[in-house]
Amino acid sequence: MNKTYLNKFHHDYGGQMVDFSGWEMPINYGSQINEHNTVRENVGLFDVSHMAVFDFVGDNQKDFFKFLIPNDVEKILDHKRALYTPLLNHDGKILDDLIVYHKGNENFRIISNCATRNQNYNWFKGIASNFLVEVNFIQDASIIAIQGPNSTDYITQYLDAELNQFHLLETDQFMIAKTGYTGELGYEIVSNQEDGIRLWHDLVEKGAKPIGLAARDTLRLEAGLNLYGVDMSLENHPYESNLGWTIDMNDESREFIGKNALLAFRETQTKLIGFYTNERGVLRAGTDIAFEGGTGKITSGTWSPTFKKNIGFCRVTNQTAEFGTALLRDKEIILQFCETNFLKYLK
Amino acid sequence: MAEIPNNLKFLDSHEWARLEEDGTVTVGISDHAQGLLGDIVFVELPDTGKTISKKDDIAIVESVKAASDVYSPLSGEIVSVNEALNDNPELINSSPYDDGWFFKIKPQNNNELEDLLDAEAYTQISES
Repeated sequence: MNKTYLNKFHHDYGGQMVDFSGWEMPINYGSQINEHNTVRENVGLFDVSHMAVFDFVGDNQKDFFKFLIPNDVEKILDHKRALYTPLLNHDGKILDDLIVYHKGNENFRIISNCATRNQNYNWFKGIASNFLVEVNFIQDASIIAIQGPNSTDYITQYLDAELNQFHLLETDQFMIAKTGYTGELGYEIVSNQEDGIRLWHDLVEKGAKPIGLAARDTLRLEAGLNLYGVDMSLENHPYESNLGWTIDMNDESREFIGKNALLAFRETQTKLIGFYTNERGVLRAGTDIAFEGGTGKITSGTWSPTFKKNIGFCRVTNQTAEFGTALLRDKEIILQFCETNFLKYLK
Repeated sequence: MAEIPNNLKFLDSHEWARLEEDGTVTVGISDHAQGLLGDIVFVELPDTGKTISKKDDIAIVESVKAASDVYSPLSGEIVSVNEALNDNPELINSSPYDDGWFFKIKPQNNNELEDLLDAEAYTQISES
């Protein structure tokens, strides 16, 4: 099984280790609810070094990225900024979702999911060769996320300037981006492992609590953020995955992978939306939903530590109803449909 | 992990049973089981007065992660349930062998208790 360079720390700190897509990762260090609340109320620390970092070399990176992804890097060219996008195949179906970082001077970096790392590497190489762009898969990178309302206090000494949301900066040791997967203010910090381990121990000594993958999952769900392989996969296109906003067709002359297929998908009635219920019990992924005029299936369902009720995402044939029903252990549960960002909707 | 009290008997599906002085048997789930489930957020308890057979699934424990059936270690009648779990299911995590008990049975046949695993045998099974 693959291990991140912080594996020993996780064991020593009491992490309950699980197999996550071939990586031995901490699911929690005791209580996932306490860890969740720690991030919402203060600050939490995540080892996400299992994710894949790709750097690119060559003069044509801009043209390569304009073709590679449906979101348009034009949006981030004037600053060092990050851009969220799905990665599509030629049929307009979702290969992965990822963040592109513009490091300045039309040099880019990608961070994508761990389970898709080899697929992506081959995909990038195949496309990049047409643009005389080289792909560097940084297999031994450290990626540390610090998330929560007090994050900035913990990393002030590493920041040489204030960062706006989705902006980034680079120091001698670190790339620091104001991004995350929790819906909280926070940063994701990329470096080599030597600098990573010093940073990690410094932040732990300052009192930042390590957070496991279970809390990461409830945090991202409350924030309305999709998980690849769960809420969307190679079976889905962006419009039925709540990602229509990432498809940038403002520049009509821009060709990008999957564009023609997307034009046909644009009018789909199928949507990925949120649901919640105040009834007892937790409706989980795979549960069928019925409502007047349509059906659906839950893609992610959990108990929300922040709102203390069952929340989740479901893919529905159409968005015409306010309420639906689902069976939980033979009992009919009424659920209310809503937008996916529960942090905004349920506040 | 908490020490398993010696007066407990177990099913291999992680339920414990304790014979009380009044002849009833208290039932809960083991420390090992609550650790596997993680933070518990709901329980569904049986109705008092219900007659049950050994290994019937008669309660449900639901954590953030998953829902699990709870099986009865004995045959008999449910004489009381731990209502405190409805509002404070986390008692199962914090005190699996005391405050986190599920229900009490008036056993039909005390021999069934003898057939259950003792703490040592259960530990061997749960740690293997």
